[in-house]
Amino acid sequence: MADHALHHDHPHGLAHQFEDMPQQKESAVIGMWSFLITEILFFGGFFATYLIYRSYYPEAFFEGSSHLDIPLGAFNTVVLIVSSLTMAMAVHKSHEGNKRGILVYLTLTGILGLTFLVVKYFEYSAKIEYGLVPGLVWHPHGENSPQLALFYSLYFGMTGMHALHMIIGIGLLIWVFVKTAQGTYTAEYNAPVEIFGLYWHFVDIVWIFLFPLLYLLGTQGGGH
Amino acid sequence: MADDHHGPTVRIYLAVFASLMFLTALTVWVAFQDLGMFNDVVALGIACTKATIVILFFMHVKYASRLTWLLAGAGILFLLILFAFAMADYVSRGWLGMPMSQYLQ
Repeated sequence: MADHALHHDHPHGLAHQFEDMPQQKESAVIGMWSFLITEILFFGGFFATYLIYRSYYPEAFFEGSSHLDIPLGAFNTVVLIVSSLTMAMAVHKSHEGNKRGILVYLTLTGILGLTFLVVKYFEYSAKIEYGLVPGLVWHPHGENSPQLALFYSLYFGMTGMHALHMIIGIGLLIWVFVKTAQGTYTAEYNAPVEIFGLYWHFVDIVWIFLFPLLYLLGTQGGGH
Repeated sequence: MADDHHGPTVRIYLAVFASLMFLTALTVWVAFQDLGMFNDVVALGIACTKATIVILFFMHVKYASRLTWLLAGAGILFLLILFAFAMADYVSRGWLGMPMSQYLQ
């Protein structure tokens, strides 16, 4: 379908250094995955730190986790999974060159992303209210208070860095939305929509791991 | 060269979505069952399954070129190296009775 590139005139959206559209898209996808490797390892540092300190202080981590709101965490998990579906649908519509379809699904994805951030805002507010923010307002003064602070430092570090990725994602989404509305993307040239989709799904995957590790850990009350 | 028009169908996306929702419900349910040390194993197993499904279908890796497979695999490989070497260090620190080890356990 992409053999329009064989024509002598330059296809819309094809940069000069590429043979044809599929080659250009392939390069874009590979470039994005190279970036995602650095992102995997960036978050990997957080997860490794979590793993180490959790194996050192299991009781404090169970206790810290038991203060997190599982229904809100589960709700946000569902929100992100639905947003991944709508993002996948936006990419699907971009392959058809369906401008209206892309705009509709990008809008849904953006609304779900904002919903996630609003829920996160209320969760953070509750933590501030209860004095569970290390270095800012810290009320626990039991024997394991320092270890509990370590759990909450990791909680805010990991979810905060994830939320920052969500905010950047919504910024990128607006950019892709504007470019789509301007009619930049066609059935042949739509790599930016696809590349943005890869980013969005990656951020979803990070949350898929954060939810059980941070929220669901405390349900057993450290009973083992 | 990967054929970019050979991606998943809407039907596949919906099936992927349904399985992700099911696994989310499952991981919450399992968290409230007392499986001892296996709670962690099951929770991580479910999370890895969900991540794999997202990577293969939503991120189109199943339909992508072998070079994309290589890059996605490299990311996971280096992540495992990071975990394995960091944990090999921290877990084994008390084993040899070195002077510092008493402060670390």
